[in-house]
Amino acid sequence: MKRRERMMEDLDQDIRDHIEIETQDNIDRGMSPEEARYAAMRKFGNVTRVREDTRDVWSLVWLGQLGQDIRYGLRLLRKSPGFTAIAVLTIALGVGATTAIFSIVDATLVHPLPYPQPEQLVRVVDDLPGVGAQDVGMSVPEWHDLQRSGIFEYVSLAVYGPVNLTGSSQPTRARYSGVAPNYFALLGVKPQLGRSFDPEDQTPGFTLEVLISDGLWKRAFAADPGILGKSLRLDNDLYTVIGVMPAGFHDPGRTTEQRNIEVWAAVGFAVPGRTPPLRNRRRTGAAIARIKPGLTIAAAQSQLDALVASLQKEFPEDYPLQSAWTVRLVPLKETVVGNARQSLILLLGAVGLVLLIGCVNVANLLLARASARGREMAIRETLGAARMRLVGQLLTESLLLSLLGGMAGLAILFCTKGSLVRLVPDSLPRLNDISINWPVLLFALVASLAAGAIFGLAPALHAGRADLTHMIKQEGRGSTSSGEQARTRRLLVVTEFALSLVLMIAASLLLHSFWELLNVRLGFNPQNVMAVRTWLPEPNDPKTDIYGTPAQEAPFLRELLRRGRTLPGVEEIALGNRASIPLNHDLTQSPLVLEGREIQSNQPPLVETSSVTPDYFHLLGVTLQRGRLFSEMDNETAPAVAVINEAFARTYWPSGDPLGERLKLSPEDSSWTTVVGVIADARTESLVDSSVPQIYMSLYQAPSQGASKELAIFLRGRLDPAATPVELREQVQAVNPELPVFGAQTLNDALSASLSERRFSMEMVGLFALTALLLAGLGIYGVISYIVSERTHEIGIRLALGAQSRNILRMVLRQGLGLAIAGAAIGLVCALIVSHLMAGLLYGVRPTDPLTFAGVALLLIGVALLACYIPARRAMRVDPMVALRYE
Amino acid sequence: MSTKEQKERIELLQGTLDLLILRTLLLGPAHGHAVAKAIEFNSDDVLQVEQGSLYPALHRLIKRGWISAEEGTSENNRRAKFYRLTAKGRRQLGIETGKWEKLAGAIAQILRPAEQEGEP
Repeated sequence: MKRRERMMEDLDQDIRDHIEIETQDNIDRGMSPEEARYAAMRKFGNVTRVREDTRDVWSLVWLGQLGQDIRYGLRLLRKSPGFTAIAVLTIALGVGATTAIFSIVDATLVHPLPYPQPEQLVRVVDDLPGVGAQDVGMSVPEWHDLQRSGIFEYVSLAVYGPVNLTGSSQPTRARYSGVAPNYFALLGVKPQLGRSFDPEDQTPGFTLEVLISDGLWKRAFAADPGILGKSLRLDNDLYTVIGVMPAGFHDPGRTTEQRNIEVWAAVGFAVPGRTPPLRNRRRTGAAIARIKPGLTIAAAQSQLDALVASLQKEFPEDYPLQSAWTVRLVPLKETVVGNARQSLILLLGAVGLVLLIGCVNVANLLLARASARGREMAIRETLGAARMRLVGQLLTESLLLSLLGGMAGLAILFCTKGSLVRLVPDSLPRLNDISINWPVLLFALVASLAAGAIFGLAPALHAGRADLTHMIKQEGRGSTSSGEQARTRRLLVVTEFALSLVLMIAASLLLHSFWELLNVRLGFNPQNVMAVRTWLPEPNDPKTDIYGTPAQEAPFLRELLRRGRTLPGVEEIALGNRASIPLNHDLTQSPLVLEGREIQSNQPPLVETSSVTPDYFHLLGVTLQRGRLFSEMDNETAPAVAVINEAFARTYWPSGDPLGERLKLSPEDSSWTTVVGVIADARTESLVDSSVPQIYMSLYQAPSQGASKELAIFLRGRLDPAATPVELREQVQAVNPELPVFGAQTLNDALSASLSERRFSMEMVGLFALTALLLAGLGIYGVISYIVSERTHEIGIRLALGAQSRNILRMVLRQGLGLAIAGAAIGLVCALIVSHLMAGLLYGVRPTDPLTFAGVALLLIGVALLACYIPARRAMRVDPMVALRYE
Repeated sequence: MSTKEQKERIELLQGTLDLLILRTLLLGPAHGHAVAKAIEFNSDDVLQVEQGSLYPALHRLIKRGWISAEEGTSENNRRAKFYRLTAKGRRQLGIETGKWEKLAGAIAQILRPAEQEGEP
């Protein structure tokens, strides 16, 4: 700008010199000094204009014009506060809601992995398609093969499970993961305090060093800065804390529990002095790996396929042909996001539609205003304003409106952020904290600008095409809308209806699915049942394990049952392992070997296994179909027995009788287990799937092992959800004061929690659909009101000529109905496409459910009629005299 | 200025002023008044240049880098601003002159037959 000022000063000097020289010339030619000066001035022309024109040369013209437009636009918005408030609020809600959903999508789908180079991270999944088994887990020799393959920078294994953390005021359970020492090097995350494990550490067994999470550090150690080197007792083993992970670090696990691990220990995955791990013993879940830099997942997969083929040749006994062993690489991102993707995309689409409908509404308002401003525009154009300039000005006004709306939306979002985040169910996979960060802010800006462009386009285009003479001639009329503009407004309302219908059908289908799931025949009775958990410690040295064998554990279990029964309100009590808790979504699978079919069981299929005490079935109200249930006689000294469900029987003995058949739940077991009973299928694994094959063992005979060290205590009766867990803790700790008691939950709560993700998306889409319905109703109300006010004169004449007010009502309603039906028809077609895309989210209702489609369309048309009725009544009551005189 | 005098003068086509300024400065640096005088003189007073309109044009040319401005002294020993053609301006003058000749030739070609038809 300095340059411009200097240039302007020079210019003034130049002009003065110029006029002086010219004056002097004139004097030389014989003019009087006064005459000479006047002539020189006249010859020079308008000094002010010359200065302005020169200034324009040096200034950015468009910038100045933009400033002008913005000032003018702001003045206009201030002048009509009602319009401004409605438009800004509509956009604010639209942009705010869209940005809120986007912040969730950004944290879960767009940037799900908060680690460096996340695209190189994969899960290595073993499948046995030949025996119909997927993701069967990995054996330690396979892990070593992968590490040596040269495909990966790191390959790591992890096992999960809770541990008892003792030493603080109350024994607590901590979420624990045993990982290969290279785990954190693989993820690329360093502790905030202390050090990580040495990735090259080859120590077999446990290293007795742990890393703890920021949360545990603050909860159990009051964020003690001197925590490093301190000892920590986990399941009676003493570990040293070597580091604290940063706040906000999450393990890339598949379940909520795995994502919130609190203690990590390095595990060597081999025990010194014992036989090396077997190739066909899949002890851990799928491995996690970082592909070498520069290698794509596809390239890595093809190298891996070659490796698998050569291993199959080398170890034909471990990899029989019929099991068709394959290993596939799945981007880690996908395994974390899982099936949340579909519902999140649905949510983003739904909220985007709401924003779009909001835009259409504002466009309608703007059009109404544009017709009132038609004369202003026409006059400005006749006075020489370029059309592009007018269009530019209108667009500036719209963008101003949308930016104001966007800012208001962000402000609302900032204020309500806390409560919004609480709405998001815990089960949603998010390793990142949901936050309003730069990408989210950028999204909000783009969304507002896009909204402004969308709703500003229609009025701007109309201004660009207006017929000047027509506009100016309509002197006396207050409004000057053209037929074309009326058409546009009707088109906008039809669009609005179509979009709302799509949203409402999506919401109804989700609601219907949710209803079906709530009313599904469970096959068990969750009423008045509470599950409380405890965890038996599992020391690294088996010799110090006081619950190591059935004979050691069974007396403890009986004592627990005896004491539990004495609690107030308790009518029934039973015990089970962790897997026996209905709907806990924790799969505990065991390899199944059937007697007489051992050969093809070389790669045994995995089945859902639980261990329970005899009363479990009666407590849950599961019905016996054939044979018998467990009794107290099926104890640690009796031969092992099992109860299976009907799905299990159908799957493994499709034609024969399962009673009396024998099986093993581990190829290494020496003795067989006999099937003694078949129970009816119950949806204890999944509400959605009614027939998951399940097998139950007697808890006395199949003592908890590994992940099943967790015990669930089931109580039925008139229980106090607050008091009962406390009373139970006293009883448990009277037997062993080292045991934690936690996770008390009524089965009804568990049921409800298992639906939380569905409930969240149903509620959100439902809320969006209601908003859309309201906006569409307002839209059609506005248009019909406008039409009625435009036609007041005509209606007056009709009434004066003897038309019945009923006819007028019908005439107006018919117009509204026409728009609603056109919108509904288009919406139905779009909804068919959308409902098929969301088929995966539905349960018990077809994507083309005719009842839903017809019902929603009728509801929408009903709302339209209601919205039209108000202006229609106004039309009916038009006083012919007033209407005619008005003209 | 009489009416007759005005009739004989021709208003400048848009953009041609730039061309005339460049052509004038080809003879050497000059201050604003001198440029205006030169254009008037060289066109035998036929071209009507409102002297003031020269200045926005001069500044436009400075901005484009076709001419530069420098301090100097005028004939009557006064400090004045001198405008000088730059190398870029010299090239541009060639281009503009070519364009102008093409345009003038084309218009002349269209007009010539009309003149002949008009002759008896």
